Amino acid sequence: MTAVTDPSILTPVLSASWGDKMPWRLATYRQHEGYAGLRKALAKHPDEVIQTVKDSGLRGRGGAGFPTGMKWGFIPQGDGNPHYLVVNADESEPGTCKDIPLMYANPHVLIEGVVIAAYAIRSNHAFIYVRGEVVSVLRRLQEAAKEAYEAGYLGKDILGSGFDLELTVHAGAGAYICGEETALLDSLEGRRGQPRLRPPFPAVAGLYASPTCVNNVESIASVPAIMNKGVEWFRSMGSEKSPGFTLYSLSGHVKRPGQYEAPLGVTLRELLDLAGGVREGHRLKFWTPGGSSTPMFTDEHLDVPLDYEGVGAAGSMLGTKALQIFDDTVCVVRAVLRWTEFYAHESCGKCTPCREGTYWLVQILERLEAGEGTEEDLETLLDVADNINGKSFCALGDGAASPIFSSLKYFRDEYVAHLAHRGCPFDPAASTVWASNLTGAQA
Amino acid sequence: MSTDLGMPRLPAPGYPADVRARLEADAREVIGRYPQSRSALLPLLHLVQAEEGYVSPNGIEFCAEMLGLTTADVTGVATFYTMYRRENGGDFHVGVCTNTLCAVMGGDEIFATLKEHLGVGNKGTTPDGSVTLEHIECNAACDYAPVVMVNWEFFDNVTPASAKDLVDELRAGKQVSPTRGAPLCTFRETARILAGFPDPRRDAVDAGGAGGAASLVGLRIANGQDPDAPAASDAPKKGA
Ligand SMILES: Cc1cc2nc3c(=O)[nH]c(=O)nc-3n(C[C@H](O)[C@H](O)[C@H](O)COP(=O)(O)O)c2cc1C
Ligand code: SF4
Ligand code: FES
Repeated sequence: MTAVTDPSILTPVLSASWGDKMPWRLATYRQHEGYAGLRKALAKHPDEVIQTVKDSGLRGRGGAGFPTGMKWGFIPQGDGNPHYLVVNADESEPGTCKDIPLMYANPHVLIEGVVIAAYAIRSNHAFIYVRGEVVSVLRRLQEAAKEAYEAGYLGKDILGSGFDLELTVHAGAGAYICGEETALLDSLEGRRGQPRLRPPFPAVAGLYASPTCVNNVESIASVPAIMNKGVEWFRSMGSEKSPGFTLYSLSGHVKRPGQYEAPLGVTLRELLDLAGGVREGHRLKFWTPGGSSTPMFTDEHLDVPLDYEGVGAAGSMLGTKALQIFDDTVCVVRAVLRWTEFYAHESCGKCTPCREGTYWLVQILERLEAGEGTEEDLETLLDVADNINGKSFCALGDGAASPIFSSLKYFRDEYVAHLAHRGCPFDPAASTVWASNLTGAQA
Repeated sequence: MSTDLGMPRLPAPGYPADVRARLEADAREVIGRYPQSRSALLPLLHLVQAEEGYVSPNGIEFCAEMLGLTTADVTGVATFYTMYRRENGGDFHVGVCTNTLCAVMGGDEIFATLKEHLGVGNKGTTPDGSVTLEHIECNAACDYAPVVMVNWEFFDNVTPASAKDLVDELRAGKQVSPTRGAPLCTFRETARILAGFPDPRRDAVDAGGAGGAASLVGLRIANGQDPDAPAASDAPKKGA
């Protein structure tokens, strides 16, 4: 593939400082107008801050794309209860790898966003719930919080505004389900991380049964720039319904995997161009637009605008913008089995369709991959997936059904080939990095 | 078949008095960070893991007493989360990502290689007590696949050969640095950071750069730089 895409389509905002020396330090962040957005926010009434975020059209980057300002507006005011802001930094959806590098390189942009958001929803205690398996990131969050306290961006009477905020950085302990916002709240209360029945929604009864706003890292980290540079600037990127910039994470069989910050609505064709294309001698076979829980796409979908509407119209979801690229060496049955094993392992066990269903999906897929299945198994797969999808207690179940439905939709022949071949027709060695000339590691 | 969950059996002998006093002070500090004390349970479980290397009978009783919970409550929570060990393991937890993306890119081969090289199975510990091997789920580093985590620090773009070198160095007691992050400390020292206590090593926060080539690639292309030049912050690749 020759690069025809203009690099100027990229819009580094969150990632702008990452090439600097020690961008995780407050001094560096200040050189990038760090905490300028906070000063502007504190000069406004909290309601005005909420209105600004509403006007910007910022949508949640944790997967569902819910309008951030609207979520903040749901927090009841004058109710006499404490309010809580909880940042969801659990990032565990397979393929998703944006929040972790963001917090590692620039934790202050998140902390600045936290202070603005807490001020807006009138919360005096915020939490960052970061998955435990990333100690390097935890270290930097702890240090950045310390720096922010010392500089007066956290604690009592922040920048002389009269606003007080405590921030607790909290490490999880390994459980994908704790990324689901109500399971996260149970976990933060020191319990097993299992989803809660809704309603009541967290905005009404969340942490300690008080009004709580749960937002993704990238959502909150996008707020300082909106405050500092304004709604018009933000809306000059992306589309009417999906405005702004966002981190797209390319991984897999692409020459230059990594983080590409671009306006919403960019296409995979454009991103792949910049990324040097799929590895030499191979072609794109399937990919996920937003993690393993979003229905997979194929090379037919290279020109789908990667925004909430575009991906939705093409039958999937933008999710976390985790673009996992698989070339023609990869067996789709193997890929789906592995994801399904993940869902079975991570199912919290609270509801039957997901707990039992994911177990049975694994059994059937194992049989199929080994070439010991039958055509009837394909119908059973669909049937089981159908009994999980929309019938589970939380969205983990729906996510587990996605790869099943979408792979059977686009690659039914490949499942059948496993039956005819009495086993997997692919050589797993051919998919590895060392089988190719990808830039990563060399054996 | 027994229904033993592998959790240590109570009652516990209890910590020596000096250990107990030290842990109580730490625990009170942790509890003070939360509006309600029970929220401190996950960090306290990390804290007791930092003491004995796993969630021991002592640890469970200690958490229960500090938070006014039953040991059954604490055990129920501890068994839900994969990062809490039910028995003691190696000083270095070596986690090979075998979720789909990494598996396909070579994680399966790396895991198989390490099992054979170390002579242990999944969750097995080498006889010298240095390394516990486990396959893990996606660790939010897919753009660096295949990924290995040692004590939850990132080793990026690993190969079977570099993975073998890595565990050999760990077993030989050498100081090893991850691709991104601070030079490795032991599993127990790591658990203390997870409990919310800053790394005592002054340079640890600033070690390891801002990210490797994959983190910076989009920025570099946008800035008209050569995306294929090694990142200044890239740690030298191990073994490869
Ligand atoms: C199984 C499951 C896992 C999830 N994991 C995460 C996660 O790791 N990070 C995240 O921000 N949202 C995750 N979510 C979505 C959250 O429930 C929630 O929608 C999100 O944090 C809201 O933030 P936003 O409005 O800023 O996007 C997950 C949802 C489900 C069902
Ligand atoms: S869908 Fe799965 S993860 Fe969600 S509540 Fe049910 S069992 Fe738990
Ligand atoms: S699949 Fe291995 S880090 Fe994401």
